[in-house]
Amino acid sequence: MTRYIRRAALLCALLLVALLVNVVRVQLVRSDDYAGNPANRRTDIARWGQPRGDVLVGGDPVTGSRDTGGMFRYARTYTDGPLYAPVTGFASQVYGTTLLEHAQDGLLAGTDPGLAALPLLHGLTRARSTGGTVVTTIDPDAQRAAYEGLAGRHGAVAALDPVTGRILALVSVPSYDPGELSGTGDASARAWRRLGGDPDRPMLNRAIDQTYPPGSTFKVVTAAAALDTGVVDDLDAETASPDPYTLPGTRTRLTNEVDGCADASVRYAFEWSCNTVFAKLGVRVGVEAMARTAASFGFNDAGLRVPFPVARSTFAVKQDRAQLALSSIGQYDTRATPLQMAMIASAVAGDGTVPVPYLVERTTTAAGTTLSATRPRSLHRAMRQRTAERLRELMTGVVEEGTGTNAAIPGAVVGGKTGTAQHGVGNAGTPYAWFISWARGEDAPAPAVAVAVVVEDAGARGEISGGGDAAPIARAVMEAVLADKAADARRQSP
Amino acid sequence: MRRTGWRGVEVLLISLAVVLSVCGYCAVGLARHGAVPPGAAGYGAGLAVLALLAHLAVRFRAPLADPVLLPIAVLLNGLGLVLIYRLDLETPGDAAAPTQLNWSTLGVALFIVVVVVLDDHRVLQRYAYVSVVGALALLTVPIFFPAVNGARIWVRIAGFSLQPGEFAKVLLAVFFAGYLAANGHALAYAGRRLWRLQFPTGRVLGPVVAIWLLSVGVLVLERDLGTSLLFFGLFVVLLYVATGRTGWVAVGLLLAVAGALAVGRLEPHVHGRVEDWLHPFASIEAGQGPNQLAQSLFAFAAGGLLGTGLGAGHSILIGFAAKSDFILATAGEELGLAGLVAVFGLYALLVERGYRAGLALRDPFGRLLAVGLASILALQVFVIAGGVTGLIPLTGMAMPFLAQGGSSLVTNWIIVALLIRLSDSARRDESEAGAAPGGRTPASQHSPAASPDKDGTAAP
Repeated sequence: MTRYIRRAALLCALLLVALLVNVVRVQLVRSDDYAGNPANRRTDIARWGQPRGDVLVGGDPVTGSRDTGGMFRYARTYTDGPLYAPVTGFASQVYGTTLLEHAQDGLLAGTDPGLAALPLLHGLTRARSTGGTVVTTIDPDAQRAAYEGLAGRHGAVAALDPVTGRILALVSVPSYDPGELSGTGDASARAWRRLGGDPDRPMLNRAIDQTYPPGSTFKVVTAAAALDTGVVDDLDAETASPDPYTLPGTRTRLTNEVDGCADASVRYAFEWSCNTVFAKLGVRVGVEAMARTAASFGFNDAGLRVPFPVARSTFAVKQDRAQLALSSIGQYDTRATPLQMAMIASAVAGDGTVPVPYLVERTTTAAGTTLSATRPRSLHRAMRQRTAERLRELMTGVVEEGTGTNAAIPGAVVGGKTGTAQHGVGNAGTPYAWFISWARGEDAPAPAVAVAVVVEDAGARGEISGGGDAAPIARAVMEAVLADKAADARRQSP
Repeated sequence: MRRTGWRGVEVLLISLAVVLSVCGYCAVGLARHGAVPPGAAGYGAGLAVLALLAHLAVRFRAPLADPVLLPIAVLLNGLGLVLIYRLDLETPGDAAAPTQLNWSTLGVALFIVVVVVLDDHRVLQRYAYVSVVGALALLTVPIFFPAVNGARIWVRIAGFSLQPGEFAKVLLAVFFAGYLAANGHALAYAGRRLWRLQFPTGRVLGPVVAIWLLSVGVLVLERDLGTSLLFFGLFVVLLYVATGRTGWVAVGLLLAVAGALAVGRLEPHVHGRVEDWLHPFASIEAGQGPNQLAQSLFAFAAGGLLGTGLGAGHSILIGFAAKSDFILATAGEELGLAGLVAVFGLYALLVERGYRAGLALRDPFGRLLAVGLASILALQVFVIAGGVTGLIPLTGMAMPFLAQGGSSLVTNWIIVALLIRLSDSARRDESEAGAAPGGRTPASQHSPAASPDKDGTAAP
């Protein structure tokens, strides 16, 4: 019997070996496989198991974390949620993350290996660090000025520091409170359904995710192309421009909103926004040079990230002369994001180069040690320095005596360009009102701010126009930035 | 020279087991609330008192018993309490740890009763047929009670839930050991020859077939694949050990496979378990979220080599069975592969010591009983651990000592008590090997110079 007892014991040993081999398989060999299964909620539990790092605007956090005591423990909170929603996006336990919350998720959630004191050990222990902090470039006063200026309408504002490319304001209206999507309860589910079904599309980030026909504001690009290619040399010389202008190869006649556009000089045409003059100028420049210039301003670039991706602004590379004529005044297939238009204003305000816009000044650990800082870069030289200089002249003219007088600021040099863009089938939609501009303190060596404003509807105001609807908002934003700059200067030199 | 076994070693190991359990309890508190739980001292003291009483019973009534058995039982019971307490934190309002502590107390009490009252294990052989009647009665009772979670294995009286099948395990082991010790010879040599297999006569074979039919019957009526498998495995192992005929194992496996296939096809509850085993992630792909087995695999995988640490895992995602059938997943997630290997090691040691007692004993009944009880533990661990780790189809079974459940815990304490008694007798046999085989004299009179019988044929 002894032999058989030993054999039975051997059987038990074999069962044990089978168990051990299988456990090694499950716990080590297939561990990553199981951990990566989307139905495994451990990743999300760990991710929400600690307070998220904060997003800072003007030195103060606009985000926070609330302990729910639930399985996905820390829910995101937002200060002035609707105001900063186009910057922060939302971070929801159920619906994921967007915008900065998404682009900086690793840092905010504490999974970024850079946060660990000992990165190698970090990888081994699979431990989580405390979430880091994202310091944004947003100027809270400019942001608020833009948001309040747009109140009650549909539209967007993008403002840049023309020298560095820092994004000073990024506003989209109507907005929403991203905090409503925090938590796992019925309230957030209701908010998600309501926001998703809202015809006003409050979660659309109009400043970067929506493209609009830029209308007359695109004349800055056309003018730059004309000056750079030598098609125009003297801003005050008469151009051979008929009014109305029959689009090449068609019977379509292009007209103007203002008088005096026949054979007008480029200066007059720019200040009073003559469509005929610029449509013809674009045709004379040619589609190749027009497309080249547009591209150098940033059109047709799908790779722009601030750090979240920005929708591609478009200028058709292949088009006939009639289409080119319309494209040159910002119609036909030409479309631009408000951020793209702010980049154009920036290039004019500066020396002709387009700065790369960025939203994250730097990132730090929770303790405040800097992890990364964004260095300003230029995207492209969009035009010659001399051309930029002459465009500044044209744009200041618009504000001093043209269609953009609503943007004038005492004690500052302001340049601007209005636009009223047709859209919809047969141009049936309410036109979009545009205003792009820049401002510099009278004695300041460098421009302080470039801004683009788009207003989708005039509401009860009747006729919509860039100068009437959009320019006052741009002025408020520019004033806010100039005031902050002046305050900074006073602080630095007592 | 007075021989008292290794009682000092036992005290040391028991202390270690208690300290480890209290450490686990504290670790949970520290991980969850950053503080030692307020009940840690009381819990430690309670466990220590229980262990000490058990030890005293062994010291005075079974002084030669194996010193490893009791400490392993204490440690596994303690670890089980820690894991259940830890899972209780996730389910406020459903605290199972206090109940489990009460059952532990009852288990240890019965352990002491068995060790004190049962003077000689051979007494049990007389009750072999009483045992099988009792086992059958216990097994049939739940048929008259409503099914719980698909299995009809529960008896609910006045708020108490019992699984009579658990107690039936011990009674069946006693019956099998008694029957086979008496009829082993007849089973091995009598009967017809069919092809290359020798079959015993119908009179001897009858009870065997009856037991097989019973196990399948239990399975079908109560939807309890685990218990059925356990009974059958136990019977095949004991039949093999008693007769030494490999043919029996072959026939047994054949019958088991045939029975399992038939039931797996026909019984929807069991069929579902087999489907889950073959495709653990089917419900995820179907968009219904992970099932228990998938959640269990996730938990084990999350543990990795070293585990998340006690209190830091999320095995509660498994759902309602996390504290019972799936308790091992919590061990796997929070203690990791390292902890799991240690837990398996404890079970292996327990089984090995049971087998060792079987090898050392002189009387066939004692040998078969020791092997049977050890095999119950081994099979149970394999069936449930294999089930929750996806090695074999899942069957509702309790991890011995670890899982929530009074019937199982009490039964396992009784099994350990019997193993203590058997190991005590075994060493007595060893001591008496040179003098009076099979006889019984007080332990203090034995000389330590005894040679164990290695081949087990006959005493020299």
